Amino acid sequence: MTAVVDVQDLAIGWSADAVLIEHASFAVEAGEIFGILGRSASGKSTMMRALVGLDPPLAGTIRIDGETPIHNHQRPQFGVMFQQGALFGSMTVGDNIALALETWTDLPRDAIRAIVNAKLRLVGLEATADHSPATLSGGMRKRVAIARALALDPSLLFLDEPSSGLDPITAVEIDRLIALLARELGLAVVLVTHDLGSVYAIVDRCILIDREARCVLATGKPRELAASTDLRVRRFFTRTQEAT
Amino acid sequence: MRADGRLELVGELRTHEARRLWRTLNEAAKSSGPQLDLDLARTTAIDSVVVVLLVELRGILGARGTKCELVHVPAAIGPVVHLYGGDTPLAAKPAPMIEEGALARLGARVEALAHQARDPVSFAGELVTTMVETVRRPRIGNWRAVPSLIQHTGAEAIPIVIVLLFLVGFTIAMQSTPSLQLVGANIYVVDLVSISVTRELAPLMGAIIITGRSGAGFAAEIGTMRISEEIDALRTMGIAPMPYLVLPRVLALAIVAPMLVLIGDVAAVIGGLVVAVVSLGLTPQAYLAELQATLIPSDVWTGLVKSGVFGIAIALIGCQQGLAARGAAAGVGRRTTATVVICLFAIVVLDTLMTIFFRRVDV
Repeated sequence: MTAVVDVQDLAIGWSADAVLIEHASFAVEAGEIFGILGRSASGKSTMMRALVGLDPPLAGTIRIDGETPIHNHQRPQFGVMFQQGALFGSMTVGDNIALALETWTDLPRDAIRAIVNAKLRLVGLEATADHSPATLSGGMRKRVAIARALALDPSLLFLDEPSSGLDPITAVEIDRLIALLARELGLAVVLVTHDLGSVYAIVDRCILIDREARCVLATGKPRELAASTDLRVRRFFTRTQEAT
Repeated sequence: MRADGRLELVGELRTHEARRLWRTLNEAAKSSGPQLDLDLARTTAIDSVVVVLLVELRGILGARGTKCELVHVPAAIGPVVHLYGGDTPLAAKPAPMIEEGALARLGARVEALAHQARDPVSFAGELVTTMVETVRRPRIGNWRAVPSLIQHTGAEAIPIVIVLLFLVGFTIAMQSTPSLQLVGANIYVVDLVSISVTRELAPLMGAIIITGRSGAGFAAEIGTMRISEEIDALRTMGIAPMPYLVLPRVLALAIVAPMLVLIGDVAAVIGGLVVAVVSLGLTPQAYLAELQATLIPSDVWTGLVKSGVFGIAIALIGCQQGLAARGAAAGVGRRTTATVVICLFAIVVLDTLMTIFFRRVDV
């Protein structure tokens, strides 16, 4: 297997005096769904921002397909879905997905339109291309955000809490969609979440980060971690105050 | 209060009684000895607000060195007392923070102001770099947005520019009427209106209107995009905010501002014409003949150059403040307010500098 994401000795936080997590090392293989887990405010989203190159890490190296992630007028190496979708409110749903295609390809408008419709069909929202994002529900916005992240056919997706704030049925639908994309398109998916339902359902391997310990507590398959001898890890996976 | 250092609280202790109770407890606490326990044995009901006040009083007394506990808590009110920490031992107070002196606060404020002044300047530098990059790779710019921005910031502002500048011309002429009539120099109303408006007032009024309509709008729009992670989403698509969001806005206002001012010049001259005809008895032909003789091209183009510079400055400040927004809606509001204040300040400073420059080069 090839490491699509390779992280070595990563430290994240706001400054050298406010380190959240340090000495984090892990690799994400092609085709796997990799979870970054932790309690609220443990630094999961901060870690994702560092991984996708939005914030510089305090220390360590991040390699995506062997390169440091940058966004300096370059075609992106991956797709990103933000926690609230971050759809462009001034555009239609279709234009949100078309933007990356218009910027990074020479395709004519009708071809882009066809691709946009295909991406929306993939997430089950083919009838919404001309809608404003403001008219969509939370779950639909997240689906559109996934479609937008898929616009340029990346081999790697970063998803920040895709099922948070959704009802259980919609959350399961989103999980199924992610699993389908990973399985059918062979995508590597880095999934930031604290939703154990999603973790057990779709995550192949994961890390658990802890702000108090300022480190990665454990790495492995979710069910293995649930049986960990480390009380802190077991508490998270068994959702109990005391691991018994 | 009983002699053994116990204060007994009897009956129902409800929120609507809390203010009176707090005053009474504080009075009692003033005369307390080394120990003052709050006895709840005969308390039949208690609201959480009152529990919080009792816990607070315990803390105040503890800081003064008076030992204070909530004692004999009945089972019926035990849960609410427990929930708000009434039965947990008093935690040691953290060491008081050393308060900054006035000089340190002044220094910090000056530093913050220096930062604020430096940010737009470094932002302008970044824009120049972006412009060079855009010349090399035109597709990174969001040129499709420019026509709609011109429509929104320019065409939609024309009515208000016409009305305000008409009134400015009208008012200047009105104010000068008594003095001009006194010396029999009615015709000079044309000089007064046309030169003051084209060189100074139209660019200034135009800039103020653009600040309110577009500068604040840019800050609010981009600030909202910033806090809703839309800017981050753009960056992860390999689309830099500078050529995509800032450059089109700067370009739009650089084009629109002189156009609005030119329209404003005409409106103000017409405002002056109305007063000249109605109050000063001039004919329209005489007014226009004097205008032709008085107004030289540099009066107009210096005003247009000024307005172009104002337009660029307003767009830069609005976009820079928007991109600097943090937090939630309040953060956007603060940046929008700051945009208006900084723009007005910048407009006056730039106007002064350009006026000095034009006088020096004699235009």
